[in-house]
Amino acid sequence: MEFSQLTFSAALPEFILIALALVMVLVAAFARQTQTEEHGTIKLVRTLSLLGYFAAFLAVFSVPDGRIVLFNDLFAVNDLVIYMKGLILVGAFFASWLVSEQWGEGIDRAEFHLLVLMAVIGMLLMVSANDLISLYMALELQSLPLYVVAAMRTSSLKSSEAGLKYFLLGALSSGLLLYGASLVYGFSGSTNFDAIASSLSGGASVGMVVGMVFLISGLAFKISAAPFHMWTPDVYEGAPTPVTALFAIVPKVAGMTLLMNVTYSAFGNITDQWAQILIALSVASMIVGATGAIMQQNIKRMLAYSSIAHMGYALAGLAAGTSEGASAVVIYMTTYVFMGAAAFGVIMTMRREGTPVEKISDLSGLSATHPLLAAAMMIVMFSMAGIPPLAGFFGKWYVFLAAVNAGLIPLAVIGVLTSVIGAFYYLRIIRLMYFQDSDAPLDEGLSHQNRMVLVVSIGFLLLFFFGIGALSQQATSIVSVYF
Amino acid sequence: MIAEITLAHYLTVAAILFVFGVFGIFINRKNVITILMSIELILLSVSINLVAFSAYSSDLSGQIFSLFILTVAAAEAAIGLAILVVYFRNRGSISVEDINVMKG
Repeated sequence: MEFSQLTFSAALPEFILIALALVMVLVAAFARQTQTEEHGTIKLVRTLSLLGYFAAFLAVFSVPDGRIVLFNDLFAVNDLVIYMKGLILVGAFFASWLVSEQWGEGIDRAEFHLLVLMAVIGMLLMVSANDLISLYMALELQSLPLYVVAAMRTSSLKSSEAGLKYFLLGALSSGLLLYGASLVYGFSGSTNFDAIASSLSGGASVGMVVGMVFLISGLAFKISAAPFHMWTPDVYEGAPTPVTALFAIVPKVAGMTLLMNVTYSAFGNITDQWAQILIALSVASMIVGATGAIMQQNIKRMLAYSSIAHMGYALAGLAAGTSEGASAVVIYMTTYVFMGAAAFGVIMTMRREGTPVEKISDLSGLSATHPLLAAAMMIVMFSMAGIPPLAGFFGKWYVFLAAVNAGLIPLAVIGVLTSVIGAFYYLRIIRLMYFQDSDAPLDEGLSHQNRMVLVVSIGFLLLFFFGIGALSQQATSIVSVYF
Repeated sequence: MIAEITLAHYLTVAAILFVFGVFGIFINRKNVITILMSIELILLSVSINLVAFSAYSSDLSGQIFSLFILTVAAAEAAIGLAILVVYFRNRGSISVEDINVMKG
């Protein structure tokens, strides 16, 4: 293996973050001894990680276009992967930016940002995986830090229970994924995606299909698609709110990209086999997401069901198996990141007498006390419900259009029906904010970083329709590597 | 006459271990340590699969894969036990029935 200029520039975002992670370990260890105040260390580490995400985001632009395969075929970049890496880094930047150093809830320590950084490295490597071995290693590099951050609030029973549930189900899903990977390896004779694809040119054996089903089930766990969603509501509710924000914004993008990579590049020759699985996952997720959220009282739990539904819509695009469907997924995930950032930008300002509150009813009467915040939340909810001309509408529009054009009309009909049910609980929040009186108003004051995240993401949701033509062209051209 | 051990035999053993592991997670109602052991069982069944395939197709990457799995399994067990200790401090029990503060 030679280490050339090309290697360096194609994997530059990962190199930057890995180097930074090593530096941050030392900084976190030594700054604690010299700094008298704990906040100083956290602030330093947080600033470093934000700079790292920014630098890595800039480095994404320096990755050469076209398909490049590196490190003995373990690692591949193409235009889609580059775009998704950019999106992951934007999401990670938002999620880390939202955490102020005084947040509390057990995550006000330097290790938090370090663990998040390592999870982000895992996600970047995951979307570039071109081999079952690198897929597994990257997936675990992403998952292991996330188990720890979910249980980061060590004094809280809810948080540790969330961590435990996430760990147990995550480990089970890794087991399923590995069993699938072992069968795929056995029946194709190689762990490399390109070699798997060429072994499938004459159709798939039964063992291969069984392996693929296990592999896709394992990945479905990671993107919380029903019926593998059981962990999502509990983990979202139990984990500290900034961790929930991270879970809601970033790992789904990486998981969805990995699923696209696996289905389109490794199993690209047997589209009709995996399309059925994805259709089943998509229908189940849309129904579970829409019906599960209705009765929820906790806003984090409600957003967990909402994210299950979003994954169902994105999977509908993927299940279409066409270039149009793949580009719809790219558009959907783009809007998803900004909707998640905006929603948590609002939720993380919800405090009463200094303590964070997370009941949906705590939002009642928000329009009277915090008119701007209520307007922001209204835009997010309308966008998630898919009301034009907001970003969420275009995401759904392209997904359903792709499904209809691929002949999956029942899937599109179920999708539209579940978005109507979904609109009910999004509109319930708007009704509470605007037409309900509050007995105890929330605290005043919006922190600087919350305001910035809200301005950027709400602006994106509002002005999205100006850029939709360009984005859809861009999406079509970046997914063309697979077709 | 003794029948030769073929690839199918190894795959059957691995499949049985895998099913034991999965059922160990879902049927077990006693304590979380058993679940951790079941997860190890699943990972070991995968390793048997990989090594058997690797030996029968004379391709090394399956054996390398199983070495990676062993390494990651160790890290995973360490993190799982650490989370379990934190959970025990808060709950005072590691019984599966007691993991029910949030219903999901």
